[in-house]
Amino acid sequence: MKTKIKEINFKFNDKNILKAKFILKKYPKKFSSSALLPLLHLAQDQLDGWLNKPAIEYIAKYLNIPLINVYEVATFYHMFNLEKVGKYCIHVCTTTPCWLKGSDNILRQIEKNFKIKVGNTTKDNQITLKEIECLGACINAPLIKINNNFYENLSSKDVQNLINKIKEEKKIHLTKNNA
Amino acid sequence: MLKNQDYIFRNLNGYNSYKLSDARKRGDWSNTKKIIQKGAEWIIEEIKLSGLRGRGGAGFPTGLKWSFIPKKSDLPKYLIINADESEPGTCKDRDVIRYEAHKLLEGCLLSSFALGVKTCYIYIRGEFYNESKILQAAIDEAYQNKLLGKNACNSSWNLDIFLHRGAGAYIAGEETALLESLEGKKAQPRLKPPYPASTGLYGCPTTVNNVETIAAIPDILKKGAIWFSGIGKPNNTGSKIFCISGHINKPCNVEEELGIPLKELIEKYAGGVVGGWNNLLAVIPGGSSVPLINKKIADSVLMDFDSLEEVNSSLGTAGVIVMNKSTNLLKAIARISRFYKKESCGQCTPCREGAGWMWRVMERFVNGEGTLEEIDTLYDVSKEVEGHTICALGDAAAWPIQGLIRHFRPLIEKKIKENNFKNKVA
Repeated sequence: MKTKIKEINFKFNDKNILKAKFILKKYPKKFSSSALLPLLHLAQDQLDGWLNKPAIEYIAKYLNIPLINVYEVATFYHMFNLEKVGKYCIHVCTTTPCWLKGSDNILRQIEKNFKIKVGNTTKDNQITLKEIECLGACINAPLIKINNNFYENLSSKDVQNLINKIKEEKKIHLTKNNA
Repeated sequence: MLKNQDYIFRNLNGYNSYKLSDARKRGDWSNTKKIIQKGAEWIIEEIKLSGLRGRGGAGFPTGLKWSFIPKKSDLPKYLIINADESEPGTCKDRDVIRYEAHKLLEGCLLSSFALGVKTCYIYIRGEFYNESKILQAAIDEAYQNKLLGKNACNSSWNLDIFLHRGAGAYIAGEETALLESLEGKKAQPRLKPPYPASTGLYGCPTTVNNVETIAAIPDILKKGAIWFSGIGKPNNTGSKIFCISGHINKPCNVEEELGIPLKELIEKYAGGVVGGWNNLLAVIPGGSSVPLINKKIADSVLMDFDSLEEVNSSLGTAGVIVMNKSTNLLKAIARISRFYKKESCGQCTPCREGAGWMWRVMERFVNGEGTLEEIDTLYDVSKEVEGHTICALGDAAAWPIQGLIRHFRPLIEKKIKENNFKNKVA
């Protein structure tokens, strides 16, 4: 894990401690390791979209499981970022159904506008661009995911609007949904 | 054609809200207590009689699957709803969750009662963040109205439903990988046997069912097995949600009876192929992992489990991906190969190495590189991957390529010959 930021100790904040307790109640006491994925999600949310090493260590201690098991899981699943991501994490779905509807153009459009390549983050830590596999909304292809929200049925004009809104740093709302 | 009164999912397009008050108007949570009073045996028999086949891809009869759960066992039993929908081309479960959440929850209660289950987990894919919020809201609503929890629906049956979010792994949709993931491990499929019915989640008897399967249960029990088995074809009974995407005028999710002609499905509901039916090149009839079919087959094929098997394809999840003549078919299949290369869990060598190898060769073909003999080599390798892995991901990586070579071999040969000619001239 490469990071230039000084890593400080990680701890769930008060709100998340309550949430974590609520999550643990879902699973039998003997099998609290089941809560691993939800807790990693929680930690990632607290850290604005990525997991640092202290967070992984903290969760291993919290659930009383070996650190390597937590690390193994954190590296296995695509949704956990082990490197810092931008404020807007843009995922472009490029699997066949979206590709048929022109997802390559969307990818190029975003690359050109923010001057970044797939997999990279802009220097000001605003935008991360990633390719993602099928998002499971193929009838509304092409689509992109920004942080947790889907933006569907995109034309190049819609994409440009989204880009402009991000550039203006306006809060983006779920504007387009099912047609 | 499905009659108006026979639709199970009345809010599939989301014109109404998922909320309890609207769901009740659509008939959800009505007579639930009466059905429970008829007993667990009756429910399982009724599902067996209805001939319902699992909607998650494999098409295994649901009633039969349920009957594998041991009746007498000291261990707790679990029901897991598989909402880890990641198959390219498939987007039905998302809409069931968003718009028909209460149908799913009612199905959970009835199925749990039939199986003797007191804890039910819904494993939803991590990317469905907003959908998981909706489903959680529906679960909370059901708890508040005493439809779930202790003495659910006044039936004296206790059921807890918990939502569990995954974290983006296609393989977690495989039932044993899902169990591993739910236990907080890497989503790597388990060797079978033992089957989940005897040793599943936490080593207890477990049933894993797809969202659409469970959401269909309440209607089958309310209207009767005879009603359900009267729809569709023998051994392929009932209605199914088809997700039609790709080069069509109106991409949509539509519920239709099994055995509907593919052409009717595309022309009637999806507004036809872009550029007309004659502009059709190929169709992937059941999500990315099934072999594609060419236009000649698509002209007459029926959309059900058995008919598609006869043409060496499969219904899978019924995610229909339509490609017209503007498609670079080699690239489309190469992209699917890349998907499987990325999503292979890395456990079995044939899949881990084979999926990557097949993708690289496909990329060569896209560029016209390689020789004509390599087509046969690719086919042979895909046959070596198929059936030699713990789960079906190896098969899924091999089938699209086999379908391509079976139906469109001249296309690959043409591309290679063109490129060789160009190289000679240069």
